[in-house]
Amino acid sequence: MQSFASAQAGAAAPAATPRRSLLDVVELALPKLVLGPTLLISLIFVYGFILWTGWLSFTESRMLPRYEFAGLLQYISLFGNERWWVAVRNLAVFGGLFIFICMAFGLLMAILLDQRIRAEGFLRSIYLYPMALSFIVTGTAWKWILNPGLGFERLVQQLGFSGFTFDWLVNPQMSIYTVVIAGAWQSSGFVMALFLAGLRGIDESIIKAAQVDGASMPRIYWSIIVPSLRPVFFSAFIILAHIAIKSFDLVMALTGGGPGFSSDLPATFMYAFGFTRNQIGLGAASAVMMMMTVAAVVVPLMYSELRRERRG
Amino acid sequence: MKQSTARFALTALTLASTLAFSAFARAGEVEVLHWWTSGGEAKSVAELKKILEAKGHKWKDFAVAGGGGENAMTVLKSRVVSGKPPTAAQVKGPSIQEWAKEGVLTNLDDVAKGANWDGLLPAVVSNVMKYQGHYVAVPVNVHRVNWMWANPEVFKKAGAKIPTTWDEFAVAADKIQKAGLIAVAHGGQPWQDATVFESVALGVGGAEWYNRAFVNLDASALNSPTMEKSFATLRTVQKYIDKDAANRDWNLATAMVINGKAAMQFMGDWAKGEFTAANKSPGKDYICVPAPGNKGAFTFNIDSFIMFEQKSADAKDAQRALASSIMEPQFQEVFNLNKGSIPARSGMSMAKFDQCAKDSSSEFESSAKSKKLVPSWAHGMAMPASAQGAMFDVVTQFMNSNMTPKAAAEKMAAAAKSK
Repeated sequence: MQSFASAQAGAAAPAATPRRSLLDVVELALPKLVLGPTLLISLIFVYGFILWTGWLSFTESRMLPRYEFAGLLQYISLFGNERWWVAVRNLAVFGGLFIFICMAFGLLMAILLDQRIRAEGFLRSIYLYPMALSFIVTGTAWKWILNPGLGFERLVQQLGFSGFTFDWLVNPQMSIYTVVIAGAWQSSGFVMALFLAGLRGIDESIIKAAQVDGASMPRIYWSIIVPSLRPVFFSAFIILAHIAIKSFDLVMALTGGGPGFSSDLPATFMYAFGFTRNQIGLGAASAVMMMMTVAAVVVPLMYSELRRERRG
Repeated sequence: MKQSTARFALTALTLASTLAFSAFARAGEVEVLHWWTSGGEAKSVAELKKILEAKGHKWKDFAVAGGGGENAMTVLKSRVVSGKPPTAAQVKGPSIQEWAKEGVLTNLDDVAKGANWDGLLPAVVSNVMKYQGHYVAVPVNVHRVNWMWANPEVFKKAGAKIPTTWDEFAVAADKIQKAGLIAVAHGGQPWQDATVFESVALGVGGAEWYNRAFVNLDASALNSPTMEKSFATLRTVQKYIDKDAANRDWNLATAMVINGKAAMQFMGDWAKGEFTAANKSPGKDYICVPAPGNKGAFTFNIDSFIMFEQKSADAKDAQRALASSIMEPQFQEVFNLNKGSIPARSGMSMAKFDQCAKDSSSEFESSAKSKKLVPSWAHGMAMPASAQGAMFDVVTQFMNSNMTPKAAAEKMAAAAKSK
């Protein structure tokens, strides 16, 4: 095909250098053409609308959007809003604990499953299964389990420990930790799958060499295997962080915002103020703050990781 | 040659007749946004559809379930912003005025004058339906919010009397708790907390103070000793709520009263539907009385449809037909029989309604005369959504922490300033 085309080109224009045919041009440009629409759509619908939300956060929009610039008044009223600070604190607690517990549990389960046990495939499926549930189902099921009158507390009391209490769900101070429990239960299996794949990709010869040197298994794990899982840690962190920040349906199903608004998160705050309470400007300001938080964490991390990759 | 001309003639005739018929069938189409998706509610909407179709218009249902209307309102905003509003939408309270201010609603004065709406609705109600003196919305029903639903068996077992004041309430609730039963069935959701608080505040402060505080948002009425006393009384009520109440749905709390596990619930008249569905009869298995201190006062929650400006003449006709049908006696009776509320239109025969509805209807008229007919702020009838949401936060925070009544009153005054 190529030679025929260039022969044609050669026949058409008697020039010294061979001219590129239309087919060549198309073939070179094909990837750009295919990705073009997707890129354009992402540019408009993701970044364009982020900018639109940012603009709305500087206006006085209430029930419907308005576009006159109104300064920083929405941010001032956001930072003076008690419920916002409860939501931010909850995000820090929930996000931190959720990511830490998922990674710790995920790594532990992956290491245990990696020991060439018999029913590995079966156990792997069981641990991964919770991820297949939607957050609404998880939230509702855990709401019943953690309900003092119906679930775990009642079960243990009926087993004979009549003084046992586990009323975190209805306790304003502890309700956010129930969200951590339900979220970690759902996502640990997924992190386990990531780590398992990473573990399977480690070169056996390094481990054998370390064993020859006389290192014990825990030492091998701590000094060789875990550090070489660095990219997996990074991916797991990004995915878990985005799940944590996006958490809306889990909170709504499990606690509905908690007793009062004690388990509110920025996502539920934004929905309540942006849509239910006809305060779109304030909701937009809270959305921009959420994005800034994500950017502050993710951008330096990505920069350092990509720089490391380029160097090494 | 002959065949082709014959075929051409036949095609032309068919096309012409389909066009003619479609023009005939193109009576106006009515697209109505609502969130009445549960059993009794859906039946009521079906009635409106039947009436409208009998008048020759098409009904396009636009039901958006869930959230007590939150999802529907979000959908409505996106429709209006994109320039294609529905014919009518289920919006109530000051939101009607907010929508009217955007300039997207139509003027219903011609329908209103023709059917004498001013004469058929109390002034408190018709003012909510108007913007700058012109009708922009039509009321469908009247719910009463300040009811107390009680199980007389539980009271008899505990040897307690049905309370008519908040002091009597504490005495009765103590007796019920000593008998090992739950005194107040409640669900710890912000709107339910606010519903109880609203009845408490009205009972403690009276209708005149209630209007100054929650309708006029007067700071001196909000941050006042009366407000502190209301919160202190709410604390007392809270003592008699069971500890599993957090995030419980309202109908599960009603079930506690139906099953005799709890003595009373402070809830609007939609709770009656639960009793009826459980085959309980008023007066025998359950009684409906005004909440303590609320005798003679009526807290109303009126569902209404706002009408959006339509472009085509057919749609305008259909919209006018919808507006007038809603206020007609036929629809008002059938709808409210199915839903458990009372007609918004006055002067209707209440013969087919049950005793609680009859009581509700007579109190509606008497409270309008004695100026004790007040809008329910917990159900979006008295103040804009931003202030209402902020006050919800205060009440629910109060019930879930050891906030003092004084701090709560100060926060209420601050909440009223929310924009």
